[in-house]
Amino acid sequence: MTTAVTTAAGAVKLKPKEYRSAIEPTWCPGCGDYAVTAAICNALSANGVDPDNAVIVSGIGCSSRLPLWMRTFGFHSAHGRAIPVAVGMKVSRPELTIAVTIGDGDAFAIGGNHIPNAARRNIDMTLIVMDNGVYGLTKNQNSPTSREGLPGSLMPFGNIDAPINVLAFLLTYGATFVAQAFAGNPKQTGEIIGRAMTHKGFSYVNVLSPCPTFNKVDTFEYYRPRVQDIPADHDTGDLLKAIGIAEHALDHQKNPEGKVPIGLLYQTQKPVFAEKVDALKTKYKGTDTPDWEKILDGYKGH
Amino acid sequence: MAIDLTITIAGEGGEGVISSGDFLMQAATRAGMEVVTFKSFPSEIKGGYALSQLRISDEKILSQGDGFNILVAFNGEAYSINKPLLTPGTVLVWDGPHGDFEPEAIPGVTMYNVPMTHISKQELKNPIAKNMVAMGSVAGLFGVPMDSLKASVAAKFKRKGQEVIDFNYAALQAGYDYVKQNHKKTDPFTFPPARPAKDVITLEGNQAIALGAVVAGCRFYPVYPITPATSVGNYLSELILKVNGFVYQTEDEIAAIAAAIGASYVGIKSFTATSGPGVSLMTELLGLAAMAEIPLVIVDVQRGGPSTGMPTKHEQSDLFITAHGGHGDVPKIVLAAADVEECFYLTIEAFNLAEKYQIPVFLLSDASLSLRVEAIKRPDIKSIRIVNRDAARSAVDPKEFMRYKNTPSGISTMGVPGVPGSAYAATGLEHSEDCGPRTSAETKTNMTEKRWRKLDRIEEETSPIEREGDADADVGIISWGLTQTMVREAVVRLRKKGHKVAALYPKVLWPVPVRQIEAFAASVKTVLVPEANVQGQFAELIRSKTSVVPVKQTLYRGEPFLPKEIEAKVEELINANAAVPA
Repeated sequence: MTTAVTTAAGAVKLKPKEYRSAIEPTWCPGCGDYAVTAAICNALSANGVDPDNAVIVSGIGCSSRLPLWMRTFGFHSAHGRAIPVAVGMKVSRPELTIAVTIGDGDAFAIGGNHIPNAARRNIDMTLIVMDNGVYGLTKNQNSPTSREGLPGSLMPFGNIDAPINVLAFLLTYGATFVAQAFAGNPKQTGEIIGRAMTHKGFSYVNVLSPCPTFNKVDTFEYYRPRVQDIPADHDTGDLLKAIGIAEHALDHQKNPEGKVPIGLLYQTQKPVFAEKVDALKTKYKGTDTPDWEKILDGYKGH
Repeated sequence: MAIDLTITIAGEGGEGVISSGDFLMQAATRAGMEVVTFKSFPSEIKGGYALSQLRISDEKILSQGDGFNILVAFNGEAYSINKPLLTPGTVLVWDGPHGDFEPEAIPGVTMYNVPMTHISKQELKNPIAKNMVAMGSVAGLFGVPMDSLKASVAAKFKRKGQEVIDFNYAALQAGYDYVKQNHKKTDPFTFPPARPAKDVITLEGNQAIALGAVVAGCRFYPVYPITPATSVGNYLSELILKVNGFVYQTEDEIAAIAAAIGASYVGIKSFTATSGPGVSLMTELLGLAAMAEIPLVIVDVQRGGPSTGMPTKHEQSDLFITAHGGHGDVPKIVLAAADVEECFYLTIEAFNLAEKYQIPVFLLSDASLSLRVEAIKRPDIKSIRIVNRDAARSAVDPKEFMRYKNTPSGISTMGVPGVPGSAYAATGLEHSEDCGPRTSAETKTNMTEKRWRKLDRIEEETSPIEREGDADADVGIISWGLTQTMVREAVVRLRKKGHKVAALYPKVLWPVPVRQIEAFAASVKTVLVPEANVQGQFAELIRSKTSVVPVKQTLYRGEPFLPKEIEAKVEELINANAAVPA
């Protein structure tokens, strides 16, 4: 530690609205991301997170403005790079609470190679993707989660690509907590995000967060009759069963009877990255007051 | 210099050329000598031409020199490549008979054959012993202490067991015995006798960067492997754990710079090292660090470019991208190290400048310097100045705290997670003093000037640039990076010949130290800028920022300058000036 002063990151008692900064969101009326912001505030409040010891990191895009509305520390970074910025924070100061809030283009297109490497290492942070299946800030292009046929400005004739099954991706990447939420139910979304943040390890919440301006198909009205809570008797420790749910998570796009699964698909406990780093520091007798002369003696030989 | 001996070992990659050079280097260091090494090999795991050169002296060595006194040629290719350098007075130790070549007699060149391949294959039944046979013969011919070579063998093969060590001892002895029984020494070269070892530490260029970073307070090193920067991380991986830090291997260079920015944001000194292609990938985020005002250090161990270029070869061609890289107006600082000692101290300087000004700072090294081994004066760690950023250290009033306060120096207090009241949201968007995104003309103008004001005082606040040579020189040389070591040697030789020559050795290349370059140029008739890139990148920066119009001397063959090439260019300029009627 060189400069930072760390206070005990103990539980604090703040109301959800006390996690908001003075800056008002600039999203379109009816945007799902308002509900996600409220859900995150609810989760932080319920978990007693100290805003002075929490950082919310984002990339670029409509949803990535979120840290600016928050009174925690925040970093509105670069398109696609929120995850490695957050990884740098968490690995160098594991005592901090770190969450990443980004959109589906940021997560799965430009920043697609960062998720597997944070997930497989089980870095103890929460990734919240606000999934609206569209690039909003650049005004309506298809994203990796856009359904087939959805028109965008670069494919006015309709999306010719198949969407990524993000839940299946995260499960196979090795995330130790994978859930899906719907912005149309902010209370439940807050509870799921709250659970994700208390999970020890890499947690992922895919929030279906409709864009009322550019995605006229995947709307609140579309999702409401289709969302379905994952049954209470689902074994969340069973990876294959979780993949089974993920496998059918996009069926609704082709099949009118298809349902959108909401809730926790999978959770398991594995050693987190920081524990392995700590063990190495112990093994190498890591100290904050090194004996420089002893270190220099190591370069005398050759 | 009473002693000035250069030995070159050349052969095929994988034959132990590089480790042979290391053993001789260790023997010289143990004998209390100054040592400078130069290594060159292709970007292959095995095969291709490899060279290890070692210059030994009882005084400070200025550069790697022009050639060699002794060549040890492991094969015909090594002989052919170096044949032009086999001038009268030099010695050739060659593999034969039963090798793949037979050298022709050259007047004045002493030649000793040693059947290195034959002895290792036929007598020792293992071709891998070839370099040990060669080293044994070098010990026998030139008096390198066998004890020292054996100590190096024992250290290198300690983990492989006594049997392997004994086998290598036998190979050394076989080479030694061969020359004692078959050759009468006729050359004048002998390895210097041991003298009391100086208070030095021996470091490779990239190792000095690793050590410097830890001394500077770096506790996080996110990195993606790339030649020739990779070994910085190899040297750091265990060292940094001893000071509670960590080396984190990322998925690409973009993630490496992003993670360094993230760590620095939360108050942990962090850096990454890379080479040309990695710098290209990182360029976008330089702007983020500059915009969000996050201290950031990047070491660029330059290699031959563009594209994949020549990953193991010397070039100084990343000055433009490091000075100008990044979209928009990105303030940053670029330093360049000339030798191993500077790799250590300038790494610390890079951290100090990044911390003070909260901007990206590049340190340039290169492929040759990355592998160069030097014995440097043992640093007095306690006396080294370490700068820490202006950061909130105890609770602040959140209503008063303005992260990007527009101060006269351009520097404002950083918030740090854990310090109550200092929370702020950093952003790459243009923003007001209190972080709010803004697009007003006033904010854009004021904040751009705030960020750029930081560069105003760099020249005044960094060490004065060293100048050497005549006060009223005919030719004044300005150089940077490793080329400075060759310039030093050329200047000594030229002045010995009676020429009026001077040199300036800047370490901060960007922002260009305008005042001192103007003053230097005013004191000399002609300014020469030798550098290893085709465009004359530093000469161009000097032209664009000062009134000076330098003569360029450019080289782009993947190898460093030789001192004699700079010497010849200076003499050419002096003669041309003399030819002009007054």
